[in-house]
Amino acid sequence: MAKKEKLTIAVLSGDLERALAAFMLAVTGASMDMEVSMFFTFWGLNIVKKNEGTMKSKGLMKKMLNMMNRGGSKRLKLSRFNMLGLGTWMMKDLMKQANMPSIDEYIAMAKDMGVELIACTTTCGVMGISPEKDSFRSEVGSLAGAAYFLSEARKSGVTLFI
Amino acid sequence: MKADQTLDCMGIYCPTPIIKTTTKIKDLKTGEILEVVSDDKRIRLDMPDWCRTTGHEFLGIEEQGEEIKVYIRKSHN
Repeated sequence: MAKKEKLTIAVLSGDLERALAAFMLAVTGASMDMEVSMFFTFWGLNIVKKNEGTMKSKGLMKKMLNMMNRGGSKRLKLSRFNMLGLGTWMMKDLMKQANMPSIDEYIAMAKDMGVELIACTTTCGVMGISPEKDSFRSEVGSLAGAAYFLSEARKSGVTLFI
Repeated sequence: MKADQTLDCMGIYCPTPIIKTTTKIKDLKTGEILEVVSDDKRIRLDMPDWCRTTGHEFLGIEEQGEEIKVYIRKSHN
């Protein structure tokens, strides 16, 4: 068979709807025989942070950042109409009614289908996260920098920035 | 059309039927026919596209009321 087409997605946003869109496209790409990598940076790191436990970090500023911005897939909010969580709760309920997979289900599906999840090392520091695999959920395969993203992107037929 | 296996996708919407089809097709032997039953109208466009990119053979669509039945022949492993 011909060489697989590549899809590379940079996920900068940690908004629930953007995260969902990113994973929907990643998983669909994988099912259409594409080789998919997702690169999480800045607020996007919140999507793949561990849900449980406290975030380990060194220094007062980083600790404060982690307290105010705990992250984790279960804590993602809508960018609009969050209404102190009510809007997000309503959307999650509507998604359930429409039999749409949740963000956690999408992450598991992505992993199963061979989507590569990469956390950006450099922005870990800015976001107060210690740049090790332990900070992230197990689905995250590796940590890498901007050069890695670009080298993947230049080989890709489709590159998205979400 | 007679199918070897059926995948029920009633009540689930884009892109989940495509993803389920991708997983399901692995259970079939090459040459066998998969029937996907859906009530999502987008499947009429999505499935031929999916077949084009994955190389499986798109055999056609049969509609009965709400039910849209799509037939695919597995062409390779």
